[in-house]
Amino acid sequence: MNDTTTGRTERADVAIVGAGPAGLAAAVAAAESGAAVVLVDAAAQPGGQFWRHRPEGIVQERDGRGHHGWKTYLDLRARFDAGRERGQITYLPGLQVWMAEKDDAGFTLRTTPTVAGPVGGPAVAARRLILSPGGYDRQLPVPGWDLPGVMAAGGIQAFLKGNGSLPGRRFVIAGTGPFLLPVAAGIAEAGGQVVAVLESSSPAAWLPHLGAAAGVPEKALEGAEYAAVFARHRIPYRTRNVVTEVLGSGSRGSSRVTAVRSAKVDAKGKVRPGTERGYADVDVVGFGWGFTPQMELPLSLGAETRLDADGSLVGVVNERQESSVPGLFLAGEVTGVGGAKLAVLEGLAAGAAAAVRDDAARAAPGLHAMARHRRFAEAMHRAHPVPAGWQEWLTPATVVCRCEEVTAGQITEAREMLEARDARTIKSFTRAGMGWCQGRVCGFAAACLGQGPAAPPSAESLSSAARRPLAAPVGIGELAALEPSDS
Amino acid sequence: MSTKAQRGAGGPAAAEQPGSPQETVTISFDGRPLTAAPGQSIGSALVAQGIVAWRSTRKGARPRGLFCGIGICFDCLLTVDGATNQRACLVEVCEGMQIEGSCTPDDGSRA
Ligand SMILES: Cc1cc2nc3c(=O)[nH]c(=O)nc-3n(C[C@H](O)[C@H](O)[C@H](O)COP(=O)(O)OP(=O)(O)OC[C@H]3O[C@@H](n4cnc5c(N)ncnc54)[C@H](O)[C@@H]3O)c2cc1C
Ligand code: FES
Repeated sequence: MNDTTTGRTERADVAIVGAGPAGLAAAVAAAESGAAVVLVDAAAQPGGQFWRHRPEGIVQERDGRGHHGWKTYLDLRARFDAGRERGQITYLPGLQVWMAEKDDAGFTLRTTPTVAGPVGGPAVAARRLILSPGGYDRQLPVPGWDLPGVMAAGGIQAFLKGNGSLPGRRFVIAGTGPFLLPVAAGIAEAGGQVVAVLESSSPAAWLPHLGAAAGVPEKALEGAEYAAVFARHRIPYRTRNVVTEVLGSGSRGSSRVTAVRSAKVDAKGKVRPGTERGYADVDVVGFGWGFTPQMELPLSLGAETRLDADGSLVGVVNERQESSVPGLFLAGEVTGVGGAKLAVLEGLAAGAAAAVRDDAARAAPGLHAMARHRRFAEAMHRAHPVPAGWQEWLTPATVVCRCEEVTAGQITEAREMLEARDARTIKSFTRAGMGWCQGRVCGFAAACLGQGPAAPPSAESLSSAARRPLAAPVGIGELAALEPSDS
Repeated sequence: MSTKAQRGAGGPAAAEQPGSPQETVTISFDGRPLTAAPGQSIGSALVAQGIVAWRSTRKGARPRGLFCGIGICFDCLLTVDGATNQRACLVEVCEGMQIEGSCTPDDGSRA
């Protein structure tokens, strides 16, 4: 019998999902404002994506090598640990929230272990809920992207930070956005060879946004730091370049990445004929087209959403980080992809606001800094768009949904023949997005393909793709345990 | 430099890292013993041995290994000590762990 069936419930004033920069900051702020906090996180230790580190029982990363803002992490972590010692923060690592419900008393979360174990996870009940589940790398399919050796750019970063080793030897990193820089720099500093970084946009795309960039001078410093690493390791940074095909060798079942074809593109992402070139002897390709916030929990609770400047579906919040659902706060990537610093500021604001017992709004801290970071994030999104013409890089046989192996041809056929335009209709006709990942990986691309090349996907289409009955796969036993029973 | 660049592509990679403990754990993959570093994910232990795929897709029998690296894509599923559908990118190796992939028989990718 697991804990769900025995009905164990952790109760608190404030429940938090996610122990990344946003959730960690939220827990600290809520506890320091006097609230009892329960924090649930899928990972085994705090840090989220940005501050992912080696298992603490094995390696103590005191110097923060390979990390940014490590001092901030150590400060938050010390305050988090102090909150736990005071008995104010209950930390539940290694548990995924697979469902969130709201009733008059507040919110209830259902959890399941991230890694199979003998027992299920407890339920968590709280008057207020802060969701800070972060996001994942946004992907665009390209021929050959399902070969072993192709990874999400952030996945390479996570591999390096979590294991202290690299998933290969010779890397091509491609996509768009400043995040490609720390990924490539991290690989080079760890001893890997970065054959090239291919950025679909161009530095000129930043020109209209220099004002916003100047508002966050630390980003310029960070940029200079990466430039130095790129120079030291002679990493070619090729703008207006994309990977048009990933090549593999080996018999069908055993093939893996061996090479990459690239081409120059125009501002719309259209390949310039005659500019094709190849990169040989490549064993890992990392793709990153920005990030997709994890919206299933906010959506399941009915939170209002909007399309952000990067085309992602994000939650709408007020100055206190409260969503359209009273008592539900959102912090970090789920309110718009804006980096770890902004995530911390949002977490601090959300934690302080959620801890206040009456609704007398106290001024949220850090509003000016948040505004600066949001302006920078918007400039970044506008300078690094998903190229409008990306769909032309596909062939009809290119796999779009990796789980159900649905091809681009099948999706465009459903669009043309069956008028399937939004992600949900495409899913029901083609099974794209119906597999294990529930469309997390292909959802954005399938929504784009349904829309056709002319326009980016609508909020409705993206939200239909992101509505998932379960935020994590659970066993039948855990589902059945939701039924009221006497056991 | 070249030995550094090999890291991750062969040998018990993480164990050579400064600050890592030198001891190793032994796991088995499809019945074959492998050496891994404590604290490594299963995925990283396999990749360190040059094993980049351990599952084949149902329709096309295409090989799959790590993709998202953070538990989102479920490409990396394998069986750990009898528990099916575990994510290789998330589960840490431990001494004596028995891991089974599900590549179709014609598949040489485990070599
Ligand atoms: C793989 C990856 C690597 C990245 N690396 C970098 C980097 O090196 N540098 C950089 O500038 N930016 C990086 N980013 C962007 C970075 O994620 C953000 O800037 C920052 O970490 C966002 O903070 P957050 O608190 O919103 O979310 P995150 O840091 O993503 O934290 C969210 C936490 O919530 C947990 N969670 C999510 N859903 C659930 C659930 N249902 N139940 C329980 N727990 C849940 C996750 O396991 C995670 O621990 C990376 C992003 C990804 C996806
Ligand atoms: S690599 Fe995506 S879930 Fe493990």
